[in-house]
Amino acid sequence: MEQYTWEEIPVGAVVTEPGNAREYKTGDWKSQRPVVDKSQCIKCAVCWIYCPEAAIHHNGDGYYFADLQYCKGCGICARECLTGCITMVEEEK
Amino acid sequence: MEVSVAVSEAIKLANVDCIAAYPITPQTHIVEHLSELVADGHLDAEFIPVESEHSAMSVCIGTSAVGARTFTSSSAQGLALMHELLFIASAMRFPIVMAVVNRALSAPLNIWNDHGDIMASRDCGWIQIFVENGQQAFDQTFCAFRMAEDRRVLLPVAVNLDGFTLSHVVESLELVNQETVDKFLPPYQPLYTIHPDRPITMGAFAMPEVYMETRKAHEVALRNAKQVILEVWDEWAALTGRRYQPIEGYHMEGAEIALLAAGGVSEVAMEAVDQMREKGRRVGLLKLHLWRPFPLEELKQMISGVKTLVVIDRALSTGGPGGPVFSEIRSALYTYPKRPKVVGFIAGLGGRDVPPEQIIEMVDRTTTAQGKKRIKEFHMIGVRERG
Repeated sequence: MEQYTWEEIPVGAVVTEPGNAREYKTGDWKSQRPVVDKSQCIKCAVCWIYCPEAAIHHNGDGYYFADLQYCKGCGICARECLTGCITMVEEEK
Repeated sequence: MEVSVAVSEAIKLANVDCIAAYPITPQTHIVEHLSELVADGHLDAEFIPVESEHSAMSVCIGTSAVGARTFTSSSAQGLALMHELLFIASAMRFPIVMAVVNRALSAPLNIWNDHGDIMASRDCGWIQIFVENGQQAFDQTFCAFRMAEDRRVLLPVAVNLDGFTLSHVVESLELVNQETVDKFLPPYQPLYTIHPDRPITMGAFAMPEVYMETRKAHEVALRNAKQVILEVWDEWAALTGRRYQPIEGYHMEGAEIALLAAGGVSEVAMEAVDQMREKGRRVGLLKLHLWRPFPLEELKQMISGVKTLVVIDRALSTGGPGGPVFSEIRSALYTYPKRPKVVGFIAGLGGRDVPPEQIIEMVDRTTTAQGKKRIKEFHMIGVRERG
């Protein structure tokens, strides 16, 4: 990512473009990632509701998956999943 | 008119939109009078009573963020309680104006004047001005808004006036009318405001990759503010005939010894200089009005020919290399080939009187030892000691 020089910092360091945090990929913080066993998923969307980072999306066939570019690996989806189809897997070192 | 009332009247004339303050001695008369002006309908502004100075400055930041001309005032413990917000207000570039009615910090509890409060907040990134009399306190209130709101500046301004010895003094003043103020101080046109139609983020998080760049931008903005401060003071002089300078010289012609002081003690030092000049001593005085950004170039020009600079500090940097003004000036002059000897005195803490005789004693003890030990670096003067 190209970085500002001090001369380019907007006055008061304001951010003038709404929603540009999406350009900042924060998913590399995680130490665990959620893995879904589709055979047990009932498409209830509980994981989608509970994800504090809104990093869970659903694909065309109604299943849910985590966008690993933003997922922090907190494990809330796995904890809340009704059927236990989400497993947290250690990120490789 | 009481000086506190004069400051409040200036705030009314400046047509401030919002005042958020918590009462603390000796600032009280300023905010009491403002609250009356708002309650009685003489000033169309929001007066927001808050539960602490921390909240007062937080509210000021919020109202400034929506584009309101904002004022507050505090002293000592109150200024200390808003300390963390001072840095936020300046780094977010909000042109808030605050009258700091200088008072000693506790403990022991003391409500009287010294500069310990503002010196503890010295590095907060605000423009910092010291006034020595009521006329200056009145005038600088308008100048403060004008410099703060200039698009080339956009920084908060602290106008320092001594508690009680200035704030509660009744003084004859030359006032200005609304028409003059309106001409000098047009309505505030903010660069960025919080508005639902134009979403922006203020006060965002900054990672190590960008934090230093933001600090450098703030540093350069405060340094560059000096040019605008000078322009504003020139314009005020053209309008009212009252001229302000970052450092004002008094009897500096041919001076070999120069005293340097900020705030009301400058006026006592003028009396001391008059007495010494009558006796043929080549002593002058530098009155420091602009503390941040520090006017180093002006200082260097004004001390050419001076052999000894005697700095009077009204604050103690406990355990440090001398009072804050002294140690800063001495350090700043280190690489200057024509630097004078710099000697510091810490005087008048917690409302202790600094009479002209004590100022003459400073000069005596700097030049020749007369009965008392000659001072080589810095010294707390006027302290009772054994033997």
